[in-house]
Amino acid sequence: MGTILEVKGLKTQFFTQDGIVNAVNGISYTVDEGETLGIVGESGCGKSVSVLSVMRLIPQPPGKIVGGQVIFEGRDLLKLSEDEMRQVRGNKISMVFQDPMTSLNPVLTIARQMTEGMELHLGLDHQQARKRAIELLEMVNIPQAKDRIDDYPHQFSGGMRQRVMIAMGLSCNPQVLIADEPTTALDVTIQAQILDLVRDLKQKIGMAIIWITHDLGIVAGLADRVLVMYAGYIIESAPVKEIYGDPRHPYTLGLLGSIPRLDAERKKKLTPIEGLPPDLIDPPPGCPFAPRCRFAIDQCLAENPTLQPVALNHHVACWVDTKRGVA
Amino acid sequence: MIPVLIFISIVTFGLAHGVPGGPFDTEKKRPPEIRANLEKYYGLDKPIYIQYLNYMGNIITKFDFGPSLVQRGRTVNEIFAAHLPVSAQLGILALLVALLIGIPLGIVAALKQNTFWDYLGMGIAVFGVSVPNIVLGPLLIWIFALALGWFPVAGWGKPSQMVLPSIALGLGSSAIIGRLTRASMLQVIREDYIRTARAKGLTERVIMVRHALKNAFIPVATVLGPMFAALTTGTFVVEQIFAIPGMGKYFITSVTNRDYAVVMGTTLLYAVFLVIANLAVDITYAFLDPRIRYT
Repeated sequence: MGTILEVKGLKTQFFTQDGIVNAVNGISYTVDEGETLGIVGESGCGKSVSVLSVMRLIPQPPGKIVGGQVIFEGRDLLKLSEDEMRQVRGNKISMVFQDPMTSLNPVLTIARQMTEGMELHLGLDHQQARKRAIELLEMVNIPQAKDRIDDYPHQFSGGMRQRVMIAMGLSCNPQVLIADEPTTALDVTIQAQILDLVRDLKQKIGMAIIWITHDLGIVAGLADRVLVMYAGYIIESAPVKEIYGDPRHPYTLGLLGSIPRLDAERKKKLTPIEGLPPDLIDPPPGCPFAPRCRFAIDQCLAENPTLQPVALNHHVACWVDTKRGVA
Repeated sequence: MIPVLIFISIVTFGLAHGVPGGPFDTEKKRPPEIRANLEKYYGLDKPIYIQYLNYMGNIITKFDFGPSLVQRGRTVNEIFAAHLPVSAQLGILALLVALLIGIPLGIVAALKQNTFWDYLGMGIAVFGVSVPNIVLGPLLIWIFALALGWFPVAGWGKPSQMVLPSIALGLGSSAIIGRLTRASMLQVIREDYIRTARAKGLTERVIMVRHALKNAFIPVATVLGPMFAALTTGTFVVEQIFAIPGMGKYFITSVTNRDYAVVMGTTLLYAVFLVIANLAVDITYAFLDPRIRYT
């Protein structure tokens, strides 16, 4: 399997009245063909901004991609003209957003919103695009797709709207589908249905998926590989089994420690991570997690660690070997 | 709708008759018997509620708004027939001017937010709102009629005579529409569905025309109803400046003359226009927003 998308040193900042917000601080990762990459982290850690930067959908101003490369099909997406970038968006890389209630245009029919991308990228005429839209809606299990396609978004439930978003994302046979917390706004049973659907579609179509979430449970069931982000940095990257079986970074340990477990003793309390994430405007020197870290040593406060291999395909940015105590 | 109009008619009738003085007051005192005769002729000697019922009865059964009390031999119906078409024509042209200037101004200002174009557009809007048409009218005459000689100074009838008054009347409204369109556009282009449209790879033009405009126009439609009613039923200042034989002056002179029938007629006319225009706006909403249509 070859690499399909390579992000190198991506750095995105927001220029606000309070100062420069360092949302994404030079992150690098790759996505292989047909791979599902999970990106996890708490709110405000830069997950969404990092993928919006890949799509060049950061609102500008105040946002700006200040450095790095995004290599896709041998070209740096960040250097393409706006016209060339439009050929990529929705066509080769498509995106599904977090809130299905607001991500569809309330005044246009589902049909109009689904067909416009296909007419643009696949060169279909209106009838062909409509036919394919109905097929896509059937594929994502919308009942009576033929009749419902002329409905407006408000006539669909939240789960159905997210199915429409997914169908729309897949309509031009993308090589990469970016899903930005697509199930966060849905209740758990609908979440499970959407996850089943996505797993199923991936089997059929075989596109690579970047799945952003703060829900470690979803990642466990869906992803092949996981990136853990904190304060705009990737702090751990590993195959999904190793993240759960052999987590190394104190933050990852903390995240896993704060998940309720069915097999835990009844009275056992969850262990939360103490403190708050750092201010991204004026980040402290050293490791951004150090102030909250129970393993922290002096070096952590002075110098920010970079990702280092600890096992095959497993990288961690930490000065401390949490397995053996202090390095 | 009907209760609203009845309520307005009662209040206006009461207010008009409650104001001191009457239609037959003159500088020179009239002999009381002549005055009594006049009042008897026009039915003003009867109790006020009888007068009201007679008046409303005539409107409902005969669509007759009664005779003018000051302009002898002229009925309110005749005044409407002669002057309303002129005012309505001027009003509709002014509204067109307002829309044609206001909407593009608002869109450009929103899309180029915080640039020269935004400041220019909003500068024009502030100018339009703050310069009253009693200043704007003569200014336009001075520049375009006297200095450049492009249009006639005043009058009504020929298309060339309609240009300056329409602009003088419409510019203030265009400023309101422009500011509203800008605010509405700015809100809409930050919506999630606009980001979705961008993520599809659509061009900015398609995103704006197909995805943003219809949504942005919903709040603008709200002000168009009252604006339509205010512009089409006659405007005193602009009609006076350009010597246009419209309804405008009757709104003012009928009140100072205590010409009860004309006061009532013009007020009810305005009310009917307002109610109908607002109804039209509600229908427009349903056209613009499917969420309203289906509930």
